[in-house]
Amino acid sequence: MASATHGDHFGACPVLTVTSLEVRRGGIGLLRDLSFELSPGQTALVTGANGSGKTSLLRVLAGLAVPAAGRIDWHGKTPHRLPPEDRGDIAYLGHRDGLKRELTVDENLRFCRSFWKGRGAVEPLIAELRLEACRHRYVRRLSAGQRRRVALACLRLKPARLWLLDEPLTNLDARGTDVVIEWLGRHAAEGGVAVVSTHRPQRLATAASIEVAL
Amino acid sequence: MLDVVLHILRRDLRLAFRRWSELATPLIFFVIIASLFPLAATPDEAQLRSIGAAVIWMSALLSSLLALDGLFRADSEDGSMEQLILAPAPLGLVVLAKIVAHWAVSGVPLLVLAPLVAMSFYLPLAALPELIAALALATPTLSVLAAVGAALTVSLRAGGTIIGLLILPLTGPVLIFGTRATELAALGESVAGPLYLLASLAVLAVSLGPLIAAAAVRTALE
Amino acid sequence: MNAVPIRRRLWRAFHRLGSPPYVYRLAGRLSPWLGVTSCVLLAVGAFWGLVLAPPDYLQGDSFRIIYIHVPSAYLSMGGYVLMAVAAAIGYIWRMKLAHGLAVCVAPLGAWFTALALVTGGIWGKPTWGTYWEWGDARLMFELLLLFLYIGYMVLRMSFDDREKADRVSALLAVVGVVNVPIIHYSVEWWTTLHQGPTLIREGGPSITMDMLIPLLIMLAGFSLFFGWLLCKRLQGEILRRESRTRWVRTLAAEAGA
Repeated sequence: MASATHGDHFGACPVLTVTSLEVRRGGIGLLRDLSFELSPGQTALVTGANGSGKTSLLRVLAGLAVPAAGRIDWHGKTPHRLPPEDRGDIAYLGHRDGLKRELTVDENLRFCRSFWKGRGAVEPLIAELRLEACRHRYVRRLSAGQRRRVALACLRLKPARLWLLDEPLTNLDARGTDVVIEWLGRHAAEGGVAVVSTHRPQRLATAASIEVAL
Repeated sequence: MLDVVLHILRRDLRLAFRRWSELATPLIFFVIIASLFPLAATPDEAQLRSIGAAVIWMSALLSSLLALDGLFRADSEDGSMEQLILAPAPLGLVVLAKIVAHWAVSGVPLLVLAPLVAMSFYLPLAALPELIAALALATPTLSVLAAVGAALTVSLRAGGTIIGLLILPLTGPVLIFGTRATELAALGESVAGPLYLLASLAVLAVSLGPLIAAAAVRTALE
Repeated sequence: MNAVPIRRRLWRAFHRLGSPPYVYRLAGRLSPWLGVTSCVLLAVGAFWGLVLAPPDYLQGDSFRIIYIHVPSAYLSMGGYVLMAVAAAIGYIWRMKLAHGLAVCVAPLGAWFTALALVTGGIWGKPTWGTYWEWGDARLMFELLLLFLYIGYMVLRMSFDDREKADRVSALLAVVGVVNVPIIHYSVEWWTTLHQGPTLIREGGPSITMDMLIPLLIMLAGFSLFFGWLLCKRLQGEILRRESRTRWVRTLAAEAGA
């Protein structure tokens, strides 16, 4: 089911290893015998039709759900049994953005940074994502694309080495897409690992080193 | 770890004041239930005096149940619950922080309102401190129970009505000791016994409840 | 040194109890024995209790309802504990069969709770002069217990996903079982404050042997009857949960042939 094409750093030792993973949802088997591994600086692109289990795979990798069988190894630990102090190492961006509608963009980002003991300043991110105009607006007044940008900014504020992005390009325009691709490249250059699900693999192909087809 | 709790407390309190109509609804509900009782019963002073304690406690019970319904639902709908599950602190502690924040904005105003309602039911003035003490010890237990109910039903659309079914049978002990304390206070007797029992229920609820609620939220969103 | 094989053997037994075909066959083999023994015990106990035992010196013949009331009250509580323990095992070790057992116990426990309430009310009429006495701690407790059972079943039914229903309702069962003793004692405390102990609270001076032995027989008969119903329900539940597996298809094919 899975096909690992090529890796950029053959010599590097893998930090995320998925071995014969089996995921079930609502009593239905979604994934069977899925294996792949990622070394520092690698990005995996998860592709597949709707309902093939892309979201479930990312949720299992994040530790939000428990696999039916198989092993996930992130730096020697299993995500759903990760001790709280290590959880900042994994950043998950799901379908729902995790922003509070009644807080402003600025308040959401500041909460995100202090909550995750994040690095970096909020201002350059706001400039990079062109959110200056709506910085002090409530999130509920933003468009879907703007909300997605704020959620991505949140991701950038977390000091995580593993990024799990579920359809990050949803609702984004060409410029937003470029930013995501650039960030993925920067994250990889810093030695980070990312697993990104998408139904538009062409757009993200340049950023990916491995394709996991479900 | 403690700073995570403080961050959640601060954010939830800020959110609560932004949505102050949601905040006020349970309190208004409390006053409305209490003021409808004389219509259902009688305006007679002696009778109102005899049912006063029961009315206050039933109204407090029902309004705190109503207040907690959305405790986890809003967070699970906008995806921030998933982020809290992945937070760098045990989920039980995170849930406790949310309950404390909610209690601060729904339970504490109740402590202020309840004496006013009590006076309208001819409860003697001397009994008011004991009433407040009993409510201060009982409302945390009620909040935790309602939070457990809210957590169990977080992924259900018709959560609100089911919470009552799940949680009301469990509130029996709080109701018994709470009304008993109020009745004893009205008679001018010592209320130490029921207050100790309410305190021990609160300790039990606050120490176990958040763990169960956390497990329920995690399971429901799995 | 010696403990290792014993532990291993216990683990193997525990693991076998997690295997649906094994438990299905076990329940099938147990149920005729449970059924026959419980019927015999119930017949003997009923005849002894209702005909042979002497009438009570205070209540006359009306006391004889204890031969149904007491066993059903006992099963209503025992059933709840069994349900909660099974659900907790299912939650902790992710054992689907334990959840299946909890699901089967719930309606049985609820029926026995209802039976305890109804027989209590019928008993109340000649004793207190009313079918329902709010002041009686045990009736109040049984009523709250019935609500707990109903809450558990309603919560289960409101989930579409069986696995989620299993795990969330297990947590409710655990919350309930922690609360059952608290509710029990607080209700006792409440009645002793509101009114003096009722006639039945003291249960008469002491129960005589002639009355006690049939009661014990009835208790055993009711328990085995409960076990029999449970085996039957568990078999059905296993078939429902495993309907897509090969062994159930083979079983169905054999039954059809």
